[in-house]
Amino acid sequence: MRMRAFVMAVAAAVLVAACGSSGGTTASPGGSTAGNPCAKSNLTLVTPGQLTIGTDNPAFDPYFQGPTGHEWKGEFNHDPYNDQGFEDATAYAVAQQLGFSKDQVNWVAVPFNNSYKPGPKNFDFYLAQVSYSPQRAKGADLSDSYYDEQEAVVALQGTDISKATSVAALKPFTFGAQIGTTSYDVTNSTIAPDSAVQTFNTLNAALQALKNGQIDGLVVDFPTAYYMANIQLDNGTIVGILPSTAGKEHFSMVLEQGSSLTQCVNGALSALRADGTLAQIQDRWLNQAAHAPELQ
Amino acid sequence: MTALASTAIVFTLIGLAVVNSSGWPAVRQAFLNGALFRASFADVARAFELNVKMFLVAEVLILAFALGVAVLRSLPGPVFFPIRAIAIVYTDIFRGLPTVLVVYVLALGVPGLQLTGVPKSAVFWAVIGLVLVYSAYVAEVYRAGIESVHPSQESAARSLGLSRLQTLRYVILPQAVRRVVPPLLNDFIGLQKDTALVAFAGPVEAFRQAQIGEAANFNFTPYMCAAVLFLALTIPLTRTTDWLIARDRRRRALGVL
Repeated sequence: MRMRAFVMAVAAAVLVAACGSSGGTTASPGGSTAGNPCAKSNLTLVTPGQLTIGTDNPAFDPYFQGPTGHEWKGEFNHDPYNDQGFEDATAYAVAQQLGFSKDQVNWVAVPFNNSYKPGPKNFDFYLAQVSYSPQRAKGADLSDSYYDEQEAVVALQGTDISKATSVAALKPFTFGAQIGTTSYDVTNSTIAPDSAVQTFNTLNAALQALKNGQIDGLVVDFPTAYYMANIQLDNGTIVGILPSTAGKEHFSMVLEQGSSLTQCVNGALSALRADGTLAQIQDRWLNQAAHAPELQ
Repeated sequence: MTALASTAIVFTLIGLAVVNSSGWPAVRQAFLNGALFRASFADVARAFELNVKMFLVAEVLILAFALGVAVLRSLPGPVFFPIRAIAIVYTDIFRGLPTVLVVYVLALGVPGLQLTGVPKSAVFWAVIGLVLVYSAYVAEVYRAGIESVHPSQESAARSLGLSRLQTLRYVILPQAVRRVVPPLLNDFIGLQKDTALVAFAGPVEAFRQAQIGEAANFNFTPYMCAAVLFLALTIPLTRTTDWLIARDRRRRALGVL
């Protein structure tokens, strides 16, 4: 944990420094000076005067909290969950930092792979636990971190895998991950299991495979792992956090490649990080107090 | 010669329209990235092995199982009505359900029953799902073949002293199957592509491997690797099917059959 706090402090310092060098006032709310590219009136938006934010549908706890199942129902043109959940709250904090009031925020449902397809976007920025990678940054603009991510292994209590305390001990087991996630890449690069990693379209299908015994362990980001082990599964447990990923991975917002909004979102994120807002949101929605062992 | 010229003109015009569209550079970068194609091809080809294996196993099972269903459905007389009814209900249900639904429910549902001795492998249950769905189609193809054999053939065989089973085995089925080879191959081309559905239940096949590449690079080029591999398998089969149909037509015209 201490290591993580240190890494986060360094990341924050770097961000503040980066922000300073590109002009600290970039994200100041309400600034309408003609020279400020991030002033609300100067932003190039999908709908003028409105900030349109995309995420996947269904959206998941603890990132978005809403009615059972977390599918958006009916109207897609406004916040489905009213500021509830980590990414929902983060999105609103960024919107506020950019000078938008709550009723100037629109939500659109965007499947993950539509967030980076070529052509015009129907959102200003998109957030749905998208992990940063240099390869991905070639296909779309990715913002700075709004959450430093760790991957963890979820399993059923009493199974052989739940007794593992080292990464080496995980090798003989069968793992699953959600398709299109860095969890899949991390499973292959860190654990490199003996049998091929299974992939699933949805986390619900992956959970079913875990319950069925078709996979022994499921690799997901830590907040999701916590939610699965303590709320979704009756007999779930977190085997541990995968070591090499600690502090190296982060979630980014996705923007159209070359978007003029990217630097403004980054400015807003660094301001929110500097004044402690991001940490507060994280404390409130992601139960980091719950400690899981780090695998050696 | 005219055909060649008009074809060339049409495709040149379409090509020019695509290449000169405003979004072409972005689409080319996102779908036709040469370097990424080369980098992804080996992985996708390795995953394609699973598609080929599933296809080969499923095809053999379907040929046998569907023939059984078709024969049962063709049994005459009121005594066999329950058997015919079961065969009819089976074909109605499995031709009516989306294949992906059958595969998904079987591969994630049956292992959930936690029955001892029942395989948990998603690949196993996906193959069973494909066999159930495709056999329903193929059984109908067989049945059409069986019914296309003129009743006088059966009467003649029976009057020669062959039993009902012998008549079916030596007179009806050889003619029926030969007539339905082209539509059978048609169904198998569909089957090859539907092996990709196993990915819904976990195993990584060619399409899913391409999807993994897509998500890792925010680029759709890996799908082109899967497309090339599927075409390499299906095009020879479609050409063979066309050739068989043409040969069949020639032979019928000559009165060989």
